[in-house]
Amino acid sequence: MKRTTLAILLAALALCAASAPAAAQRLIASLSNHRVMVTSSFTGAELVLFGAIEAASPRRGGYDIVATITGPRQNAVTYRKDRILGIWINADSREFDSVPSYLAVLTNRDFDAIATADTRRRQQIGIDNIPLTQRAAVTIADAAATDPFRQAFLRINTRRGLYREATNGVTFLAPLLFRANIPLPAGVATGNYEVDVRLFADGALVARTPSAFEVYKAGIEQFVTAAARNHGLLFGLVTAMMTLATGWLGSVIFRRD
Amino acid sequence: MQIYLPIADLPVNIIVILAIGLAVGFISGMFGVGGGFLTTPLLIFIGVPPAVAAATVTCHIAGTTFSAAFAYWRRRALDPALAILLICGGLVGAACGVWMFNRLRAIGQLEIAIGLSYVILLGVVGTMMVIESARAISRARLGHPTELRRPGSHAWFHGLPLKFRFKRSKIYGSIIPVLVIGFVVEFISTFIGIGGGFLVVPALIYIMRVPTSVVIGTSLILTLVTMVFAIVLHAATNHQVDAVLALILIVGGVIGAQFGARTGQRTRGEHLRLLLGLTVVAVGIRFAISLVLQPDDLYTVRPLEGGR
Repeated sequence: MKRTTLAILLAALALCAASAPAAAQRLIASLSNHRVMVTSSFTGAELVLFGAIEAASPRRGGYDIVATITGPRQNAVTYRKDRILGIWINADSREFDSVPSYLAVLTNRDFDAIATADTRRRQQIGIDNIPLTQRAAVTIADAAATDPFRQAFLRINTRRGLYREATNGVTFLAPLLFRANIPLPAGVATGNYEVDVRLFADGALVARTPSAFEVYKAGIEQFVTAAARNHGLLFGLVTAMMTLATGWLGSVIFRRD
Repeated sequence: MQIYLPIADLPVNIIVILAIGLAVGFISGMFGVGGGFLTTPLLIFIGVPPAVAAATVTCHIAGTTFSAAFAYWRRRALDPALAILLICGGLVGAACGVWMFNRLRAIGQLEIAIGLSYVILLGVVGTMMVIESARAISRARLGHPTELRRPGSHAWFHGLPLKFRFKRSKIYGSIIPVLVIGFVVEFISTFIGIGGGFLVVPALIYIMRVPTSVVIGTSLILTLVTMVFAIVLHAATNHQVDAVLALILIVGGVIGAQFGARTGQRTRGEHLRLLLGLTVVAVGIRFAISLVLQPDDLYTVRPLEGGR
């Protein structure tokens, strides 16, 4: 089922690409799924991004694709432990303000082959060029790429699969047809994810197209999360009743007197 | 079989959680303790955030103590007056414990505070249990009778004002130490996610000289009431109670407790206390190691709520 939809999508994109006017290049992209459901059996998901370039004929130099996927923004704290009196204690911290909870930058080849360092900085290509505002005491600033807290933040999120940079993440199936896999780990936040697909030729941006998908909780998961967040007191009372009922049930089932 | 925990935001193996519930239930049934001091660390070790673990374990303790408390209530093996006073102190203690929990969480020191409390508390209590039971075992081996309660031996705090006669316990003394015991024990328990049974029982026996026949029932009622209170407080203030995780733990716990109780009745008291003491010390040592050893990564990242 999923495979056939993908095939149809692919064929449609190929057709579009073939019948495009000869003028400037255009970019068409679509996702395999626009709604990702988190249910009780959720252990992660994988989306597929398909795209086609509309051009008169394939360029000799080829095209480059940079796909940036940004998850819902949130605040996060990064702590650093220090040894105090022989034990490891969180001694220092930085607060990161409205940083993406998920960030993936997928390209078809190395960043320096796609554009110059200057263009990459201006176009925010690669995680190193994406601002992550952090707050220490009162000053708010985007820390330098060498900042240890920023590096730790990136390292930990990369380990969790939430931040991802892959220079082999985009594959060209034909000179004007590409696909990319977007893996979502189990710990992804719910909300809207923005997908920004950009087309580069000779180190310059020639076209871009946005897309988006949504991650949402459904069924019992949604119910429990919403109840716990919005009606804490009631949720607590119901949970307490549930635990007592289970305990009582146990004593009835196993009663021996 | 994986299940996604809605509050912990993490997929876990349902069999593993059920096994933890069963194992801890078995131990709690065998020794007559809540078992929170084992569940919280085990949940932390499998990756559940410490805040969720400590808050959710209150449900597990309430669920498993309920059936036991019910049985003691039917046999009237508890002192209602003593229980009510302990609960009065305990509720205030629990509220302060949840407040402390939220404060430390806000400044990022909750994890370390839970770890340190575990090391100190389990180390001290466990060592005391081991020494006491080892002595009892050697006494029994030498043929001496076990030491009984010495009537008439009073410490200074029994002479404090507000004296009250606890009929069922056959003691006469000030209510102040009772309130203090309730407060201190429940402050610690709600804060670090334990039931507190293993603190109340020795406190009542050694400090208040309450007879053993009513001690366990009374401590169970105290634990039950304050844990239900703590569930509601945790859920209302920090939203860290995971109902799905709690339900799986309780189901395992209730079943495990039944088998544990049967095994416990066949084992001798001193040996049981020695085993419990050793278990407590082992958990304490495990925490101490994790505090002293350099962590793999000195940095940790925690998302803040409401930032989306």
